[in-house]
Amino acid sequence: MNPKDLATYARNTWCPGCGNFSILNAMRAVLAELDGEGYPIENVVLVSGIGCHAKIVDYLNVNSFYSIHGRTLPVATAIKLANPDLKVICFSGDGDSLAEGLDHLVFAAKRNIDITIILHDNRVFGLTTGQYTPTSPKGFRGKSTPQGSDELPMNPAEIMLVCGATYIARGYTHGIDLLQRLFKEAIVHKGFSFVDVLQVCVSYFNMYEAYNKRTYEVKGNDTGSFEEAQRIIRSWNYDGGEAPIPLGKFYETDAPRLDQAFLDARPKDLERHARIKVLLENFI
Amino acid sequence: MMNDFSTLIGGIAGDGINEAGGTIARLFNRLGFRIFMYYDYPSLIRGGHNFSVVRASKQNVGACKDQIDVLIALNQDTVEMHKWRLLDDSFVIYDADRVKADGIKQRSCGIPVTQILKEEGALPVMKNSCILGGFCQVVGIEWAVLKDVLLKHIPKKVEQNLRVARRGYDSAVEFCRIERASRSQDQLALPVMTGNQAICLGLIKAGLGAYVAYPMTPSSSLLDFMARLAPDFGLKVVHPENEIAVILMAQGFAYAGIKAAVGTSGGGFCLMTEGVSLAGMAENPVVIVMSQRTGPSTGLPTYTAQGDLHFVLNAGQGEFPRFVVSPGDAADAYYWSGIALNMAWKYQTPAFILSDKVTSESLYSLDLDAAGDVFEEEPLLWDGQGKYNRYSYTNTGVSPMAFPPQKGQVIKADSYVHDEFGITTEDPKIAKEMNDKRLQKGRSMAEDLDGYETVKVFGEETSKTALLCWGSNKGVCIEAARKFGLKAIQVLVLSPFPEAKLLQALEGVHRLIAVECNSTAQLARLVGFYGIKIHDRILKYDGRPFSLDDLQADLGRILG
Repeated sequence: MNPKDLATYARNTWCPGCGNFSILNAMRAVLAELDGEGYPIENVVLVSGIGCHAKIVDYLNVNSFYSIHGRTLPVATAIKLANPDLKVICFSGDGDSLAEGLDHLVFAAKRNIDITIILHDNRVFGLTTGQYTPTSPKGFRGKSTPQGSDELPMNPAEIMLVCGATYIARGYTHGIDLLQRLFKEAIVHKGFSFVDVLQVCVSYFNMYEAYNKRTYEVKGNDTGSFEEAQRIIRSWNYDGGEAPIPLGKFYETDAPRLDQAFLDARPKDLERHARIKVLLENFI
Repeated sequence: MMNDFSTLIGGIAGDGINEAGGTIARLFNRLGFRIFMYYDYPSLIRGGHNFSVVRASKQNVGACKDQIDVLIALNQDTVEMHKWRLLDDSFVIYDADRVKADGIKQRSCGIPVTQILKEEGALPVMKNSCILGGFCQVVGIEWAVLKDVLLKHIPKKVEQNLRVARRGYDSAVEFCRIERASRSQDQLALPVMTGNQAICLGLIKAGLGAYVAYPMTPSSSLLDFMARLAPDFGLKVVHPENEIAVILMAQGFAYAGIKAAVGTSGGGFCLMTEGVSLAGMAENPVVIVMSQRTGPSTGLPTYTAQGDLHFVLNAGQGEFPRFVVSPGDAADAYYWSGIALNMAWKYQTPAFILSDKVTSESLYSLDLDAAGDVFEEEPLLWDGQGKYNRYSYTNTGVSPMAFPPQKGQVIKADSYVHDEFGITTEDPKIAKEMNDKRLQKGRSMAEDLDGYETVKVFGEETSKTALLCWGSNKGVCIEAARKFGLKAIQVLVLSPFPEAKLLQALEGVHRLIAVECNSTAQLARLVGFYGIKIHDRILKYDGRPFSLDDLQADLGRILG
């Protein structure tokens, strides 16, 4: 399959230079590739929230559920429970999944449901024109925090690690090869996979220069070690400062999954009727 | 008294009063009576005062009377709080080791429950079996009937329960003898079930595949029952992090072709409303069981109300069609829950089963044959020809559905205004056309509902005075209407509003009295939109259902 076959007629409305283009291109290439490797494209379902990130489902000619703000994961979880043969991929933003919908992120990891979430982490509310998010650095001057935000940022990768996600990685929208590799690994991984993507918002929080200078790819790390993953993840806490920013795969493990817990054996109408009759006898 | 027998059993939370009431209900059921049991309990786990009132009648009943024929007291509070209900010829049965019945004029029988339990080395919860043994002797229910009920319904330590019950039976004396209500085949023992259980069965019968809920009284027993039934009926039952996840999960199931329902009460439903609107826009079928309790806010968690009618009719931003039905008893609950699931899928829109604490948690004799049968109806499915468009325009407004995977096709659901394929658009023409399409589904659903009994008439059909009710007031209104020679009109479907059917039911009616468990007469307000005038309002909003006596007193006052 040619990645170009996965385009739609929708007009792209992201700003020129937006990091989302890299995520779109990387995902298109990965989905086209996976189609030939036993993951047919008709079995893929994309779920997005609301925000600039979410427009990606309009730009991909793939099954999709364009949900509401913060609510990708409950939809995706149920789709997977309904049909475990489907490959379900969520696209979410830092406002979407860390502010509005953090509860669902925590629980999806806790359940280790076999779905993937790509976090378009631009660390600013773009579509609402520039407010701080849970990953904005302290002191961030946004429209809702003109004097600078008083809060420390949260570290979503660390939250995912302690909550039970079984694949955790970070990519950057400059560096499409790494992004493609991580996306593919995450989608193929059996369990809840989380990819934090440092996605630059050119209009409201242009971090290209800082990220280009400070990001590096971790190599040779023991991705099966919780402690090592935690150490790497904690080495950068999303705040200002000069700490190097690790990219790459931080953690991968195998654990029981929620989607293994359900078997579908719904009886047909006549059989249901018969079973209801039997059940009713117990209430006499 | 023998045609209509009321028994109240009371004790503290933890005594198993709900179960004890259930056992009494089953005893009368075995004798061919029709049952209604109201269970009253505060929001706590141990202590407080719980009581069950079991009304057994030769006719269908859906309400309690103030007066009772037998009072069963496991503690002193029960006597003090309920002795006003006793008639001159009522009986009192009590735990002689805990309760003093000195001030009681009526015939009474003390059972040394605590002593018997001690001698038998029985658990405290077995006091119910013991005192119910005494009850059966006092009212002349044969030992064999009790034995049969206990054998069937006591989950653990059956032998010991039977011994304790027998000693209770033997230590009492017979005051009267309850005759079987009927020996004929048409009054067989029926299943005795709660409204919530009936809702579950109706949904399952109509093809439910998944149930998602977060616990909240009085809807929690739906979740518990569905989880219990899950293995037998192939249900996927999920209890996620909160009600927001609940309503979104239901739509994930729907997208993948699994028929899902959710259940909650007012507070939980508040959290769901954004998701309800999503279902309206993305055209995701979902059934929402909304069981009302007293509000606002936390209100009275374990008590009833009908305060959320307009909330449910209007919940969610924007305009979209919805189906709303309010069952009045377990039979309505079974049948209409199945219809609600079918409506949700035929018209790809939210469908509400608007219940309340009384309908949800009370026990009823459930006659499925009389309730009406309900079958799974297939939604409009895509025929596999050409390119699939999730939101294609049709005359009915209903677009054919398809579920992934579909080789060579793409299925797009969208919360934004979207085109036929499901791509977001801000085009004004499409925005209007898609809005019209969604509203057209509401008109199509309304036409479909012409074939259903969405408004029911009871009582004296030629009366010029009618009671207007919805939900759990059905039973009390029917009974009061019969006593006063009035018509009783039950509005079952509240959206799309069955205007023509209601007007037909109102033919010849000059005086219309709304009976509701809220303080602002919400149904009266709703029918007012259709130019229907309500002359009197009888409202109750203290968390408790109308007793027959409450309603009769109000009617007596109004009708002079």
